[in-house]
Amino acid sequence: MTLISRRALGLFSAASIMALSAGAALAQDKVTIAVSIPAATHGWTGGVVYHAEQAEKEIEAAFPNIDVIVKTSPSATAQVSALEDLSASQKLDALVILPFTSEELTGPVEQVKANGTFIAVVARGLTDPSIQDLYVAGDNIAVGANTAKWMAEKLGNEGKIVVLRGIPTVIDDERIQGFTDVMKGTNIEILDIQYANWNQDEAFKLMQDYLAKYPQIDAVWANDDDMLLGVLEAVKQSGRTDIKYALGGNGMKDVVKMVMDENPMTPVSTPYPPSMVKSAIYMVAGQFNGQAPMRGSFKLDAPLITPQNADQFWYPDSPF
Amino acid sequence: MTSATSTRATPEPGRRIRWADMGPFLALALVIVIGTLINSNFVSGTNIANVVTRSAFIAIIAVGATFVISSGCLDLSVGSMMAFVTGIMILTMNRLEPSMGANAILVGAAVGLVVGAACGLLNGLIVTLGKIEPFIVTLGTMGIFRALITWLSDGGSIPIARELRDPYRPVYFGNLFGVPLPVVITLIVVLAGAFILYRTKYGRRCMAAGSNSDVARFSGVSVAWVRTLAYVIQGLCVAIAAICYIPRLGAATPTTGALWELQVITAVVIGGTLLRGGKARIWGTVAGALILEVIANLMVMSNFVSEYLVAAVQGVIIILAMLAHRFIR
Repeated sequence: MTLISRRALGLFSAASIMALSAGAALAQDKVTIAVSIPAATHGWTGGVVYHAEQAEKEIEAAFPNIDVIVKTSPSATAQVSALEDLSASQKLDALVILPFTSEELTGPVEQVKANGTFIAVVARGLTDPSIQDLYVAGDNIAVGANTAKWMAEKLGNEGKIVVLRGIPTVIDDERIQGFTDVMKGTNIEILDIQYANWNQDEAFKLMQDYLAKYPQIDAVWANDDDMLLGVLEAVKQSGRTDIKYALGGNGMKDVVKMVMDENPMTPVSTPYPPSMVKSAIYMVAGQFNGQAPMRGSFKLDAPLITPQNADQFWYPDSPF
Repeated sequence: MTSATSTRATPEPGRRIRWADMGPFLALALVIVIGTLINSNFVSGTNIANVVTRSAFIAIIAVGATFVISSGCLDLSVGSMMAFVTGIMILTMNRLEPSMGANAILVGAAVGLVVGAACGLLNGLIVTLGKIEPFIVTLGTMGIFRALITWLSDGGSIPIARELRDPYRPVYFGNLFGVPLPVVITLIVVLAGAFILYRTKYGRRCMAAGSNSDVARFSGVSVAWVRTLAYVIQGLCVAIAAICYIPRLGAATPTTGALWELQVITAVVIGGTLLRGGKARIWGTVAGALILEVIANLMVMSNFVSEYLVAAVQGVIIILAMLAHRFIR
């Protein structure tokens, strides 16, 4: 048994050395762009992986001298190791990174930069912004605020609503802050805000409980489309007719499709698109091919997705 | 601790032991009374039906876990296994739907049972033939099943075909003489579990293997076989839970069943089954599953717990329940 596993180990390491040297050989006559992103553990990161892989295919086809390497990591520590592995085995001309956490990844990214690598940070900023050459992110406050403005207008600044929030993180805090700040300026009463961890099942249960607790709910906001699907199922089961609107956020394809089909309960959504990683990779590629330099911070807006523009936000082949 | 054990060992099976067995049910009654006082909507028919129905998944899986735990093992992989089985079932149903119509649901369910049993068998064989600690084995398969569902879904979700939604929906949302179907299915599973555990030779061998595996072996019980079969039963229970689960949201995602293993183990232990094996309380397990779900429901129904502290309050209530359990003895 030990013999077999040792042999397997030997084979495996031989293979990985060959792969490494092949990578090194390629790197000599090619520009290498490394992309480090979280592994697909839920819908949104699944979308990130999909768009990164699409960008890899498209850019490598369009610019044969550019090699894009997409590496996914299941945790912050794994991402730090992935950065070490990537930069140890080859010279990186650019790194596009969606950091798991700001604090833990700042140091390792700084070390990669010390070798002269162009750094593009996506979605979550590093603790020290001077490390990044390019920063592309969505606007979580606008996700909350734009949804709140639309909802307040439709409800005529009156009514009772409930809110489902995600996992305790900065992303979640900002969305809730953007939403509640707008609602403070209206007569709309937020009856309850509870965590459902961006999970469909938990959102379903929480919505059932909200429905049992409050006899009158005019609208619901789940700050993510995954949760919205759970909410809609609970509302459907209850047979209640007082709920006029149930909105989400993020631009999940099922929900964008509902918007396209002019669903009366969910007529709009707000994007925090995983495709922002693709925008960043394209910007970096422009740097190395067409000599179209891109530096600075780019904040993607969160415009309302409506039946009129929904087709721009709809990716039928994406998992998200 | 020693005194508690020796009291229990005294040859006087009077009231004391009955009270101890009643523990989980008293705790459940207490939680319900508190709930009624906190919010009158708590006892509304809809709320009670919702809570009981959604506790079905944990209760069904926990029946299987009662077998595994009482035979002296542990299964951490049930949540991931549930997600994996759900994914396979949906993929099967979607593939067969064009040719078979609604019958695809039946075939899909059968495939789910086979896959569930096979997953359980895998866990069981690695534990018994490989002679590896169940904790480590099932921690490994937990990762494997979770990765498989993530891979199958590309990190997104696997939705069931539109055409199957309506014919399948009643399995979660329907009812039989006013009792929600998942509750009926849970009752059947619990009755079957209780029969096997309390009335058959296999059930007694399960206890024997759990209380002292060496003694059991010397008395001619094949401990490896008993434990492997317990894991297969666990796998079947996971599949049954998956059958009831799919019509609720109609999709499998990488977060389906996340952390359910902990809820399942908590339900089993609150119910009075010993975590080290040798003693099983099937009905207690059901009470445990209900207690967990009622507490979660109360956290939302009450207004005085900050949303940031919900998990802490739940933890305190569970520990208090276990302490009360010990002192009643």
